[in-house]
Amino acid sequence: MKASNTLWKEQLTGKMPEHLAREIDSFETDIALRKQGKIDERVFAETRLRRGAYGQRYDNGQRNDGQKIQQLKYPSGDLTKGPNTMWDAPGMQRIKIPAGGVNAAQLETLAELAEEYSDGIAHITTRQDVQLHYIQIDDTPTIMRRLAAVNITSREACGNSVRNITACPYAGVCRDETFDVSPYALAMAKFLMGHPDTQNFGRKFKPAFSGCAQNACGLTSLHDVGFIAAKRTNEQTGAEELGFQMYVGGGLGAVPYYAKLFDSFVPVEEAMPLTQAVGRVFARLGEKKNRSRARLKFLVQDLGIEKFKQLVLEERKVLPYDERWTSLIKDAVKAQETPLRLSGIWPAADSEDFKQWLKSNTRPQKQAGYVTVTVTLPLGDITANQLRALADIARQYTRETVRTTVEQNIVIRWVSLADLPALYAALKAVQLNAPGAGALVDIVTCPGTDTCKLGISSSRGLAGELRDRVLAEKFSQDEAVQKLHIKISGCFNSCGQHHISDLGFYGVSRKVGGFAVPHFQVVLGGEWENNAGTYGVPVAAVPSKNIPQVITRLTEKYVAERQTDETFKDFVKRLGKVQLKAMLEDLTKPPANDRSFFSDWGDPRTYGLGDMGTGECAGEVITPVDFGLAAAERELFDAQVSFEKGDPTLAGNQAYHSMLLGAQALVKSEKLGVSDDPAEIIAEFRARFYDTQRFWDPFAGGKFANYLFDAHTNLGKPFTEESSRLLMDEAQLFIDAAHSCSTKLGSLVTV
Amino acid sequence: MIELQHISVKLLLKEQEGIDLAALVPVFHGWIQNQVFDELLIDVADYRHVPDGPGVMVIGNEADYSVDNTDGRLGVRYHRKSVLNSSNQDRLRQAVKSAFTACLRLEEDPALTSKLRFNGRDIEIVINDRLLVPNNSETRQAIEPEIRVLGDRLFGAGNYELSWDTEPRRMSGAKLKASKVLSAGELLKKV
Repeated sequence: MKASNTLWKEQLTGKMPEHLAREIDSFETDIALRKQGKIDERVFAETRLRRGAYGQRYDNGQRNDGQKIQQLKYPSGDLTKGPNTMWDAPGMQRIKIPAGGVNAAQLETLAELAEEYSDGIAHITTRQDVQLHYIQIDDTPTIMRRLAAVNITSREACGNSVRNITACPYAGVCRDETFDVSPYALAMAKFLMGHPDTQNFGRKFKPAFSGCAQNACGLTSLHDVGFIAAKRTNEQTGAEELGFQMYVGGGLGAVPYYAKLFDSFVPVEEAMPLTQAVGRVFARLGEKKNRSRARLKFLVQDLGIEKFKQLVLEERKVLPYDERWTSLIKDAVKAQETPLRLSGIWPAADSEDFKQWLKSNTRPQKQAGYVTVTVTLPLGDITANQLRALADIARQYTRETVRTTVEQNIVIRWVSLADLPALYAALKAVQLNAPGAGALVDIVTCPGTDTCKLGISSSRGLAGELRDRVLAEKFSQDEAVQKLHIKISGCFNSCGQHHISDLGFYGVSRKVGGFAVPHFQVVLGGEWENNAGTYGVPVAAVPSKNIPQVITRLTEKYVAERQTDETFKDFVKRLGKVQLKAMLEDLTKPPANDRSFFSDWGDPRTYGLGDMGTGECAGEVITPVDFGLAAAERELFDAQVSFEKGDPTLAGNQAYHSMLLGAQALVKSEKLGVSDDPAEIIAEFRARFYDTQRFWDPFAGGKFANYLFDAHTNLGKPFTEESSRLLMDEAQLFIDAAHSCSTKLGSLVTV
Repeated sequence: MIELQHISVKLLLKEQEGIDLAALVPVFHGWIQNQVFDELLIDVADYRHVPDGPGVMVIGNEADYSVDNTDGRLGVRYHRKSVLNSSNQDRLRQAVKSAFTACLRLEEDPALTSKLRFNGRDIEIVINDRLLVPNNSETRQAIEPEIRVLGDRLFGAGNYELSWDTEPRRMSGAKLKASKVLSAGELLKKV
């Protein structure tokens, strides 16, 4: 804990917005009460989460050090900040940045906090937030006060609340946009934060705004509520009206859902009351007990969009009028950005580096003579010194018009063309001049096993390795390949947004020769454009160490065989899953006698199991469980092939059957004679693995088993294309969970 | 009197380029496996991808250890996080001693093929608390005697130059540059 914590409170009194100061004082009191044992650990956990203070890996007080499970003896002993979460264990502080907008003073404060309380790094997330890692819980009130003093809050950055409101970082300057959505996003952020109608959700709630439909920037398809700017002409007055296409019920997570069109035109002044009404319906009818079905997407799916819409509109009718629905927008519109410097013309590029950077990292604005500059951050990381340099640049060349992006970069808006050489030099001085914005090298990744408690494989380790290889030009230099997107998640929860990438990967584990091996599920053909218009398809689980070869193989084939102007997404679709899987088949198993496959990228510890013996990796011990899980994988593969052939009914039934095979495989480890009767398999699986919680995921609980139970209950109901696709995704997760269960229960090899 | 807490000490390396920082990752994991210091070591953070960044770190409860490349100056760094209830001089000595101990351990580690060596002359001391020790001339004037006591002890009075980082947004920091080269082992004995 910092020596100056108590002094900061005095120092900043009167310098913070009153409501934020009160909120932080209240949190500080909660910390004191928790230390006295007067607040239950679960209540305190949600309290801190709603202030953005997350747990981090190893906060349960133990760590696999590669040889053994080591007990980490924190000085506060048994005091916890949540269930199984030790008080002194380092945690993560998430900081909300509405629409990604930060000014120079805020950048400087983030730099100070990164240095003084974290490890010197600020991390930009895929939802335009900033995260600081390795934070002490006792320091968090001071961190929050220092943020509040520059008008930033971490309130509701985590927990079952309205998360950061994201928006296209080019809003207001984009040539393609219908209009600038920034004021509406900022108004919405103010309106919803702490709103009484958003305090009783079963899960988080993520809104997003986009200025157009065709670009990726807002990613509205994957949000709980998404707004895409739209215009129409009033038939009576002839006046132009601003509004939004409003979408609801999207989300990534384990099984991605496309948002559904709620209304093709909602007037701008209706965005807030309608979202409030959605919040009320979600709070009233959304799942509360079963977290795995508590997101809005499940409610919309269960009710159907028409019924959901009807309920929301009914709720809208009875909402008491709130003058903030319009006043907040008026205030935000007044605060629109203007340039600091006179516009200019494109400069001559005096070096190849500068020329390359101009091409990849600048984007002409709709305002002639200005560009938006993208500052690419490796894996979303930026140092304190770089943050301060950015603050200086923002002041010198713009009116501090800086935004974070969902690609984990930072953009500087309103840069005069005339200033580009000087600005480039200033960025270069602090090594922020890397080219390749939005390209193959600009890999997006969640924290993964580096710091996240849910991480299965090392997404950052893989991203670092891939980035090095791209920079070393080890992948195809074909321009179309260099434009592809790579996105990596450490687990199925999709924080790295792997579903919407050309080349997506999410962490899974597989057992090889009786030992756990880090793998990534390869997800191909997702679409970043069109506000994340298409989700990718899982093709195969491949050992982490073989992923670079996967990329080499796929991209080389794409270069060699693509048709004229064929996108990678279309290429993947044309090839189909059968061919893609066959291409990667030999990479799905680690080579014999290569122990490196039993540890992850950037982490020399033996993966997963600390007691692995020397030389064991060469041998394969095939058990009935392994055979059964392989059969399940094959069945699911066939399901996906059926789906590609346009038979969603067959695909759905095969997906269900693949889960059944997975369950049967596990049951066979204890009851070899279990029959093929679905009812018996499910009863045995439920009794042996679900009720005993042995199948449960540490964090997702029984979610994956419920996929099977639900599918069994729904057997006979007709499949639509969407329900079939969702069931295949669920089946993949069920089989992944069966592999994990098999790995955890190493003693299963007893039959 | 100004209270010096959260002291960070960085010992610049002789070789500023060509060091294989990846090799530090397993070494630091080994430090955690064996809990080689009195302080609780928790995790390894790898920031090799960040230019002029924190390098490779061992995150601890009381302190972090790293081979750090901030400002493009590669060095072994000890970064105290917990409060120490003792005199300023004791805190400075504790941080310097910890930095030299870590540096020696790295210098002697057979797993590091590209050998790390303290350059024998350059020590950076940063006080990682802007409120207790703001970076201004008053502070520098007030804490210089404390830094001098430490510098005299290590290098002998008159045998080193003391300079300050005067950019007010950065943390208060002093740079000691000795006139002659001494090894980490020799300096550790003098702490």
